[in-house]
Amino acid sequence: MAAAVELEGVNVTFGEFVAVRDANLTIEPGEFFSFLGPSGCGKTTLLRTISGFIEPTRGSVRIGGEDMKGFGPNKRPTALIFQNLALFPMMSVAENIGYGLRVRGVPRHERDEKVKNLLIQVALTEHGHKKVSELSGGQKQRVAIARALAVEPSVLLLDEPLSALDLKLRQHMRAELRAIQKRVGITFIYITHDQGEALTMSDRIAVMNAGVIEQVGDGRAVYAEPRTPFVASFVGENNRIRGRVASVEDGFATLETPLGILKGRNPVGLTPGAEALLFVRPESLALRANGSTVGFEGETLDVAYEGSVTHVTLRVRTGQKITATIGGGAGAPSSNENLRVGFEPKDGLLLALPASH
Amino acid sequence: MRSIYVILLLPLVVVIAFWLIARVEGTGTSASRPGFFQRNGWPIGLYLIIAVGFWALFIIVLPMIYMVDLSFRPKLPLSQMGGPKDVYTLQNYRYFLFGSLTSTAHWNWIHINAFFTTIFASILITLLNFAICYPLAYHMAQSATAERLRVLLLLLIVPYWVNDILRAFAFRVLLSSGGIVNQALMGLGLTSEPFDFLAADVGLYMGLSYAYLLLMIFPLYNAIESLDRNQIEAARDLGAPWWHIHAFIVMPHAKPGIASGCTLVFMLCTGAVATPMVLGGPRTMWFTPIVYDRFYQLFNWPQGAAYAFLLLVACIVFVLTVLRITGLKLGEITR
Amino acid sequence: MTAGPFQRVMFALYIAIFFVYLLGPLVVMAVSAFNTPEYPQVWPIEGFTTGWFGKLFADRDMMEGFRTSLLIGFLVVCISVPIGLAGAIVMTQIAPLARSFYYLVVVSPVLTPGIIIGISTVVFWRELTTVTSTKFFYDGVILTVLGHASFISAYCMLIILARLQRFDRSQEEAALDLGASYPQVFRHILLPFLKPALFSAAVLAFLSSFENYNTTTFAILSDKTLTTVLAGRVRQGSTPTISALATIIVAVTLCAALAYELIKRREDQRGRARRAEAARAEEAELASIPAE
Repeated sequence: MAAAVELEGVNVTFGEFVAVRDANLTIEPGEFFSFLGPSGCGKTTLLRTISGFIEPTRGSVRIGGEDMKGFGPNKRPTALIFQNLALFPMMSVAENIGYGLRVRGVPRHERDEKVKNLLIQVALTEHGHKKVSELSGGQKQRVAIARALAVEPSVLLLDEPLSALDLKLRQHMRAELRAIQKRVGITFIYITHDQGEALTMSDRIAVMNAGVIEQVGDGRAVYAEPRTPFVASFVGENNRIRGRVASVEDGFATLETPLGILKGRNPVGLTPGAEALLFVRPESLALRANGSTVGFEGETLDVAYEGSVTHVTLRVRTGQKITATIGGGAGAPSSNENLRVGFEPKDGLLLALPASH
Repeated sequence: MRSIYVILLLPLVVVIAFWLIARVEGTGTSASRPGFFQRNGWPIGLYLIIAVGFWALFIIVLPMIYMVDLSFRPKLPLSQMGGPKDVYTLQNYRYFLFGSLTSTAHWNWIHINAFFTTIFASILITLLNFAICYPLAYHMAQSATAERLRVLLLLLIVPYWVNDILRAFAFRVLLSSGGIVNQALMGLGLTSEPFDFLAADVGLYMGLSYAYLLLMIFPLYNAIESLDRNQIEAARDLGAPWWHIHAFIVMPHAKPGIASGCTLVFMLCTGAVATPMVLGGPRTMWFTPIVYDRFYQLFNWPQGAAYAFLLLVACIVFVLTVLRITGLKLGEITR
Repeated sequence: MTAGPFQRVMFALYIAIFFVYLLGPLVVMAVSAFNTPEYPQVWPIEGFTTGWFGKLFADRDMMEGFRTSLLIGFLVVCISVPIGLAGAIVMTQIAPLARSFYYLVVVSPVLTPGIIIGISTVVFWRELTTVTSTKFFYDGVILTVLGHASFISAYCMLIILARLQRFDRSQEEAALDLGASYPQVFRHILLPFLKPALFSAAVLAFLSSFENYNTTTFAILSDKTLTTVLAGRVRQGSTPTISALATIIVAVTLCAALAYELIKRREDQRGRARRAEAARAEEAELASIPAE
């Protein structure tokens, strides 16, 4: 079976501005795939390139094995759900859902039948005759999904469709979207800047920054095994300490830093003398770790109790702030306490310093 | 060669110019911008180009250019047009100044006077209408309740669609020697015999002011309405006197509306045909009847075109002056 | 302005004078339409009559002019609304460099005196039809329609442009994405969105054409419209039939304005009902989500 979507050397430039640089990617049929990145990272441009609103400046987009060059958005087997949903206000809910069939010339009775089925699928049976302006946010969301599914696309593209909903509804819709995807079994490509959304829903995630796909992998991989400093700091909270590699041994390396000699894993094969960044998650830091060999001194600035966890902000010798998260509230330090912070070398991660630093 | 052939070549030049502009802007390796036809599809793209092309060229630009061209040509019988006598000349403009095609001995005071009276009176009427309309527009936009606003707007919209001629006619009924105003004046003993308002041009000026009152009030209202009421409140809290608020807060904000209303009123006054015809006395000086006579009394079209062009120049100068004084762009006053 | 009682009285007085000035002449004229004297007269009322209306309808020139005006108005709507629509769409798509020049060209008729538009239309089309031997185009009705179209299309464009600027492009993209062709997007999405503006533009176009005199008087040649006949009658002298015509126009406008007001109120109500429905649905939805 051909891949659902293949990107090969895709570049998109607007004048001088490079929106997407050299994207290579294969998305499998039936996959729930997310693009995660801050706004302006090029993820929406990439989505619009896949759906056909933008022709890549260089490179090719293949859908179901077929090169899409020269196919406009109305000729591609994709359906896009817009950030603002873009429902048609002058049409009823049923007309909205049936629009794609109408322009394909599907006969009326067949169309009505299909629309009825879709209304049942998204639990809007009673609302077919209503105008879009009479619906709640969640109902509009479901109309948009039904409208896109009606044309039986092989790939469904979603451009942050949940961002307008309030938090409670958003979490509910995540589960619903995932359930719909499992049921219809087609490829979903989802765009978001919200890592929670990406991590909970996706089979795989591509993390993007400044037009470049930095890493592709499942949620666990991008969280636990980031391959670039950007991914390490964008996905989840992370502390980073800069230094120079002193020595390397079986997958580990020691780093000379202003806070002393620290040690962490060395997955990218840094060599001694290289400038590097050490990443340690707040939950991997242990406070008052006086016996620990890998660690540094700090002074507590702020203690924020949050029920199940407590966030402790520390200031280290260089003035940099470091965050540690400890379970529960017991044993939390008081403010202005000087203490030693330690971590296991396996929880430290060394990555090359990007050239621009 | 008939100048019309030259003029008909212009569309080609324009099309080429627009195509070049499109080319220049479209170059570079930009990925996104779809072409005009790609974006609209062929049938609609063609409709757009034909409709706009026909409008801009054949209805607006070419007639205007041709009129200007004609104004620089002598009056000739149709058979001699395009012939050896059809050369460019200033004689039509010379006639406006000296009342003769050849002699420059005497000034053509009648026409010159009428021209400048028209311009000057139009400016005065414009200012007068602004003064009359501003308080009401401000009241409607800022302090009237929603219900009262609806009533006021309704009262304004109804007379808006009454034609110029009928408005002027209403004034004639009002001001004629047996009209209600003269009856009232005599009844009050202010005058012993009817006052001839029309001969004194009072009727004309009042009629013009009346006819274009509403073209001042709507732009003013729209502009003042968009001003945030809090700004006025804030200024009043700071102790600004009322005239200060109007001069430094409301009017600067309403500048586009003021400019728009003034331009419209001025343009309609100088170009008014019906009102001077209905309300003008025998010695009334207004420029448009003179232009009209060039065409349909004397059948001297080139001269008429020259006179029309003078009027157009006056309007352009006025618009440019307004734009310069207010520092606005054209797009801001034509909304 | 908040003000003392003196200022408030002065302001009320001003409003009263304003509306007397604005409406007084029309009222006077309307009264004279029902008064018997030959010369339009308000006072003394010598007797009530509707005879002037009868005379108006019996005036064959006036009726012929009325029919021509209707025809011209209709044709102007048919030409100006499509042109205005095209003009507005082009305005949103044209390259920024060319836009200000294009704007200047298409808006200039709004700021040009009507007689100049009439004159330029006549002189140009006389010459054009002569050299191309299409003399049948040199016709009063056609020339008047063309003259009116120049500035009325600009009005239409400005009205349509105002709404077009609020158009959400993603609607168009959504339709395309669902497989619609470009003409289908235009028909199904853009036109319905612009419908209210197209309707306003059509009404405005008809009224502007119907009441126009300045351009018409030059472009109409030997034909007659209501306004040119009217001008001729007024020039000949004052008769109450003219007052009768004005009275009818005012009455029709008043009815139309009231009808518009009613329609708008009903639409407002419908909009409010829809928003209320949406709010109810929103509440029900949040209530139905199981608590975590």
